[in-house]
Amino acid sequence: MTGDVAVLGAGMHPWGKWGRGFVEYGVAAARAALADAGLEWRQVGSIVGADTVRGGYPGYVAGATFAKALGWQGARVTSLYAACASGAQAISTARAQILSGLADVVLVVGADAAPKGFFRPAGGDRPDDPDWLRFRVLGATNPTYFGLYARRRMAVHGDTLEDFAQVKVKNAALGALNANARYRKPVTAQEVAASPVVADPLRLLDICATSDGGAALVLSSMEFARRHGVAEPVRVRAVSTVTPRYPNPVLDLPDIATDSAVAVKPAAETFRASIARTAYEEAGIGAEDLSLAEVYDLSTALELQWYEDLGLCGEGEGAKLLRDGETAPGGRIPVNMSGGLASFGEAVPAQAVAQVCEVTWQLRGQAGDRQVAGARVGITANQGLFGHGSAVIAVR
Amino acid sequence: MVMGWFAGDGDDFRLLGTRCSTCASVFFPREDVHCRHPGCAGGDLQEVALSRRGRIWSYTDSRYRPPSPYVTDSELPWEPYALIAVELESERMVVLGQAAPGVTVADLAVGMEVEVVPGVLHEDAETIWTTWHWRPTGVAV
Ligand SMILES: [Zn+2]
Repeated sequence: MTGDVAVLGAGMHPWGKWGRGFVEYGVAAARAALADAGLEWRQVGSIVGADTVRGGYPGYVAGATFAKALGWQGARVTSLYAACASGAQAISTARAQILSGLADVVLVVGADAAPKGFFRPAGGDRPDDPDWLRFRVLGATNPTYFGLYARRRMAVHGDTLEDFAQVKVKNAALGALNANARYRKPVTAQEVAASPVVADPLRLLDICATSDGGAALVLSSMEFARRHGVAEPVRVRAVSTVTPRYPNPVLDLPDIATDSAVAVKPAAETFRASIARTAYEEAGIGAEDLSLAEVYDLSTALELQWYEDLGLCGEGEGAKLLRDGETAPGGRIPVNMSGGLASFGEAVPAQAVAQVCEVTWQLRGQAGDRQVAGARVGITANQGLFGHGSAVIAVR
Repeated sequence: MVMGWFAGDGDDFRLLGTRCSTCASVFFPREDVHCRHPGCAGGDLQEVALSRRGRIWSYTDSRYRPPSPYVTDSELPWEPYALIAVELESERMVVLGQAAPGVTVADLAVGMEVEVVPGVLHEDAETIWTTWHWRPTGVAV
């Protein structure tokens, strides 16, 4: 057992295309989280920032950038990059500092001002970068991989385009209830079917957009929370940041090929499933204990994959779970009550933090019209480029 | 742009990877520095030609022009191309590639046999960038 840390505060800057800098979003989210925690910035002993790209220059500065904008006050600082899992690593780092006694209160911030259209690698000829290679050699964008996964599910499990569309319908209806979401209009299956194909079989409304946005958390030791007058805080009980195991037989972003399974038999469990299992083991709970899940719906089809990887249902049964309404509000295990990335879009360093914000509000009973009644345990799941796992379990 | 990923002409065209002399793991794109099998003490990485044929693991296409560093002529209308992920049986791995020109997603199915053929990625007045393509077997050149 590693012990709990308290979530004292959660905050966001609304997501969208605001045309401003990531520092502004991050600072707004940080101030919101501090206000939610009832703390002054000067009471924070450590700040952890999830990196973004500034003017084509890879971040590596996020923690200090936010600290400077909030006002230098001498806090310990960490900046880190783990692609889409950056937020989870920021939470993991904050938790490790708290549990080891290095810090009592840690501010975690992720924010981004994403470019329009497809994500693309930084400039220059860089054939030692697998992300650069997949674009240069194949023109393989992120939706290329989502299309491959979706087509594979159709062939192996019999998923249909209608199943995929219903994920969007569900998440858009929830996003319409969330003031922080970028897209706040319900979507019909007909609208999904009428949107243009981006990467066969997926259409524009099957794939999440890029967005600006920010999210922040104030984490503390349980003892600090009690001294601060919060006897029953939402607690982070597990943070999974595992890597894949060799050989990974699933073609993952941004790779051109899988590992070869000639020398070693692949594990029966996929990388994504191992991310969730590690979190369950660390928390000492199982999928059957969950009240809700926030998963990384980069595409509608990928959300169905996560149902199986989280153990919400058996392999190949994701579409059935959706059709049965089990992942919708009122179902056995509601998924993406925030509206998901379908409603938020991608703001890479912020999204894993934002998932935990949503779970926090749900566990506190503060999620308004999208509240899961009596929520007690929530999981977030995400996967970062280059083999970064990400899952957080929080409990009340 | 990338060196030593493929070689040969016509029926002799092959993707080139490397194989660990100790554990027999195969790597594509080629791994020339170290074997990535965590239980392998490491051996020489020797160049090896990959299987010419495999079966479709999945496929998709690209209906919108990919961003740089993919090279396209923005003066010309965008022509979508299919991408195919292919399972190679003896290497026990999946390799992604563009489909041969003229092959669309309507021509493809998971499990279908394809073969690797030489192709052109892009050309301008000075340079022709060559690549590999996957093409359903039994299709005339
Ligand atoms: Zn080896």
